[in-house]
Amino acid sequence: MIELQGVNKFFGSFHVLKDISFKVNKGEIVGFLGPNGAGKTTSLRILNGFLPATTGRAVVAGYDISSQAMEVKRRIGYLPENVSLYKDMTVGEYLAFVAEAKRVPRRQRAERVQRVSRQCAVEKVRNRLIGSLSKGYQQRVGLAQAIINDPQVLLMDEPTTGLDPAQIVEIRELIKSLAGEHTIMLSTHILPEVSAVCNRVIIINEGRIAAEDSLENLTGSSGKGATVIARVQGELKDLKEKLSRTPGVVSVREAGQPAGEEAIDLIVAAESGSDIRRAVAETVVGAGCGLLELRPVRLSLEEIFMQTITKQG
Amino acid sequence: MNFLPVYKRELRSYFTSPIAYVVLTFFILLTSFFFYVFISEFSQASMSPSPYGPRNLNVTIHVLRPLLGNISVIMLFVMPLITMKPFSEERKSGTIELLLTYPLSDLEVLMGKFFAAFTLFLSMLALTLVYPLFMVLHSQPEPGTLLSGYLGLLLMAAAFMSLGIFISSLTENQLVAAVATFAILLILWIIRWVGPNELVRHLSILEHFNNFSEGLIDTRDIVYYLSFTILWLFMTLRVLESKKWRS
Repeated sequence: MIELQGVNKFFGSFHVLKDISFKVNKGEIVGFLGPNGAGKTTSLRILNGFLPATTGRAVVAGYDISSQAMEVKRRIGYLPENVSLYKDMTVGEYLAFVAEAKRVPRRQRAERVQRVSRQCAVEKVRNRLIGSLSKGYQQRVGLAQAIINDPQVLLMDEPTTGLDPAQIVEIRELIKSLAGEHTIMLSTHILPEVSAVCNRVIIINEGRIAAEDSLENLTGSSGKGATVIARVQGELKDLKEKLSRTPGVVSVREAGQPAGEEAIDLIVAAESGSDIRRAVAETVVGAGCGLLELRPVRLSLEEIFMQTITKQG
Repeated sequence: MNFLPVYKRELRSYFTSPIAYVVLTFFILLTSFFFYVFISEFSQASMSPSPYGPRNLNVTIHVLRPLLGNISVIMLFVMPLITMKPFSEERKSGTIELLLTYPLSDLEVLMGKFFAAFTLFLSMLALTLVYPLFMVLHSQPEPGTLLSGYLGLLLMAAAFMSLGIFISSLTENQLVAAVATFAILLILWIIRWVGPNELVRHLSILEHFNNFSEGLIDTRDIVYYLSFTILWLFMTLRVLESKKWRS
């Protein structure tokens, strides 16, 4: 549904995006994660046709943004960071204008305006000037304008910045309720937001993709690609060497002796994407040692995020 | 061509902000002041006896022509105030970002804004039709001069606006846009004073309007105003395009 292929973007001599490629499939909610200034907004602006890529291809909803921008623009909804709307219009007038600008057929306009006002809970403020609304309401109007054309692809740039905690929860619920019919990509640097909303994560740092995987794989809760802790008894020296030669294992280190047990904990790190649990168990037993416990380490998103961006930098 | 959504929104925003009313009021005040001055001078002159017998006073020459000339000068001051807004304001407030992600081409956005500004001007000019109406009721102004004069005003307004909108696309600051537009228009207006140079005479906005106010429709003047308008509209499109690359 969304695809970037080898996209580079220069602002003058400043290399903002360095060979970015990724793919988002239909119906996914993908979190676009990265520190400030990593290139999130630029990537989204390339996808929505606001900026052209210097090199590379961007395909949205099956259309190339550089040659068929109009087709793409008809099929997307975009919510910019710090959304600025026309302050001199009422919410109703504004949504009617957007519906017309986004080429919603005339007969459906009134019904669409009504539907998105209901979805985004802005019905009560329909007749108020946008300039007089609170930040939270303006954000909702921003979301309403994004989805008014029933877009296949929804791009959101930090949708919850500047909202109070209650509003944040509301907006997240709203985004989740949009999942399924829309393919959603949202950028953020707020990690809990990703765990709350997204099913896949793309981490970008200094203009490069640093990691791209499902939330389960990244945090190790699926077992694949996870680091495991093995609690073992017996001759360690031999075991450590055998373990580090096991396919899929990257490193083995001791984590110390758990209190009250004649055993030792080993941290075994795996290559990404390989499930080493069975191999580790076989190796331990094969070496004549006792395997008391084997469990994957669950990393928090914060830890992964910090690891990925420090590894890069 | 899907310029209607932008056109309607722009027009609404003109008439919900005070600027349209301020500009309209001053335009009408100034033009009616001049009309009053010319018409009262004319009626005084036609009433006073002349030592050389009955004079051949002509309402077209003594009222209509100077009035058209004055309206064109007032436009010079008023137009930059209308055209300072379209792109500068959207750029400053950031609303342009969303606008450019809608399925509208640059040309459609530009046409929407241009025609909205032009419609505001038409409503101003419509109000000045009271003066010719008054003249027609009480005298016989030449209908030809009336038509060519108003045609000239329309063409000149389009030219002023295209330059103004072009400058507004260059800056975020509305005041800068207005002042720069005024300055450039003024230079093009008074460039005639440089001397009896043929090129300079053709460049002068004023020179081309004189024919219209004298009841003369010359294709050279029409071509001048139309090509002036199209040039700056085209330049505006280029600016919109290049802003995307430079961002």
